[in-house]
Amino acid sequence: MKEKLLSVKDLRTYYKTRFGDKIVAVDGVSLDLEEGKVLGIAGESGCGKSTLALSLIGLFSMPLCHDSGSISIYGKDITKLDKETRRVEVLGKKIAYIPQAAMNALNPTCKIKNFIFDIMREHHPHMTKEEVYALSKERFNDLNLEARVLESYPNELSGGMKQRTVIAISTIMNPDILVADEPTSALDVSTQKVVMKMLKSLMEKGIVKSMIFITHELPLLYHIADEIMVMYAGECVERGTSDEVVFEPLHPYAVELMTSIVVPEIGQKHHKLSSIPGAPPNLKYKIQGCRFADRCKYVNSQCRMMSIPLKSLGHRTYRCLLDREVEDVG
Amino acid sequence: MSDKILRGLGINKIYGHGKRACHAVNNVDFDLHKGEIISIVGESGSGKTTLAKMIMGLLPQTSGTIEFEGKERSLKSFKDRKNYWKQIQAIFQDPFSSFNEFYKVETLLKNCFKLREDKISKDDMVEKMREACIFVNLDFDELRNKHPFELSGGQMQRVMIARIFLIHPKVLIADEPTSMIDACSRATILDMLMKLRDENDMTIVFITHDLGLAYYVSDRVFIMERGQIVERGSAEKVIATPTHQYTKQLISDVPKLHEVWDLG
Repeated sequence: MKEKLLSVKDLRTYYKTRFGDKIVAVDGVSLDLEEGKVLGIAGESGCGKSTLALSLIGLFSMPLCHDSGSISIYGKDITKLDKETRRVEVLGKKIAYIPQAAMNALNPTCKIKNFIFDIMREHHPHMTKEEVYALSKERFNDLNLEARVLESYPNELSGGMKQRTVIAISTIMNPDILVADEPTSALDVSTQKVVMKMLKSLMEKGIVKSMIFITHELPLLYHIADEIMVMYAGECVERGTSDEVVFEPLHPYAVELMTSIVVPEIGQKHHKLSSIPGAPPNLKYKIQGCRFADRCKYVNSQCRMMSIPLKSLGHRTYRCLLDREVEDVG
Repeated sequence: MSDKILRGLGINKIYGHGKRACHAVNNVDFDLHKGEIISIVGESGSGKTTLAKMIMGLLPQTSGTIEFEGKERSLKSFKDRKNYWKQIQAIFQDPFSSFNEFYKVETLLKNCFKLREDKISKDDMVEKMREACIFVNLDFDELRNKHPFELSGGQMQRVMIARIFLIHPKVLIADEPTSMIDACSRATILDMLMKLRDENDMTIVFITHDLGLAYYVSDRVFIMERGQIVERGSAEKVIATPTHQYTKQLISDVPKLHEVWDLG
């Protein structure tokens, strides 16, 4: 059998607070990713999406700690490597990351080309500056970015341009997996589309093999992702193909999430938006039973008694005691 | 007409001068009827926020007049401005920078009573604040001793709306109130804005870059491109039959569920 590109088993990571508490932000998440696929991760703020992203690239620095579980890229567990090897061998080459506030991640005193020189000096020390410059120019051309960007300082670029530059810089090493954490959340709709086009062209041109896309904008996720995973309070509550999750969600939380979508389509106006009452649980305390129980419409006495296992229905999985029938899945 | 609450005539705003002049708002006319929600939609840099700030009276306009309830507004003295801000209030994009960080939520809400006409006793104040918090689904007793940094973005934005509920202005300007908030809390905020209009008959100016939100929340939509209003009309009409090229482009840029989104 072919090795999976990325395979995560029962990953548990926690934040250590000043007072010695453990906040388990990612609790037993398993996922795998094949080549050429885009996995979308959805969920509200504080559900552990970004922590999962940080964990996936193996960036465990205080206060984030790794507890248990494995992250394998082509069968090689990166959590077992020490920090230095992980940085040299994995980061950038195998898995790259676009942080949430990528626009502000650029050092204002450096020209854009210097960021690329820095990366190349670390990973390919034998390359000369001219070679690197030619390479980055070529890459920027491929991605429809003007070459003048290389010579400018971050403050000379617009928000959307900075975002695209960050994407170009972080994929300069041709990583296998790109983890994009809310790459479009601070941009307006027109710029958002340009950035999305760029991410798509990265996949098409084979610069990255597969992508993990994190956002809370569901319509966006629906268009770019092949599969969607919905997270709630650190757990994966549902996973399926994007058509299934968006149009026939199984978990009560996913159902609520899908009804909060706003799109400019005729008839949307009369379609009441739902908002979920209450707030997500505090992860500082151990939660017994279903984490969504306090806000769920279908809650019954059993929900709080035992921890809810992931059930599978065909190739889909969901974490709920309710038995769901799916009518017309082909 | 009597139900026109706010009216702008030939408003221009030019930042800078000489060679570096930037025409941010270019000859904009608008009128707001009582009790309606209008949206101003455009991409970044189209002058939406500048227009909102001029309506608020936070920025002077280069030329043009703004009439409030049929009379030209005057903002010359401090007293005039205070009176104006009793009638017109705003919610901004970033809830964290909208509040004084040294104040507790209780103090923040209590300050609103300074802008109200009626004198209220202390017990009534607490009662009113509790009522405002119920309106926005928050628990006043839990929040009253907290500082802004202890709350989440969605909670802060709701405290902001509770403020509006207490001040009870005639016009509310909401400048991208949902852009820093995730999809779930966004629905809550939008519903509250609509509730403010329905129950407290406020007039709301909703500024956004997302046509989906504008369509959901508003009666009329203004589309702004580079400082000019290029299309205006009822929300249904603008979405169903856009006439201007820019509107068509904006609609096609928003990802939709039942249509293919061209990313080629």
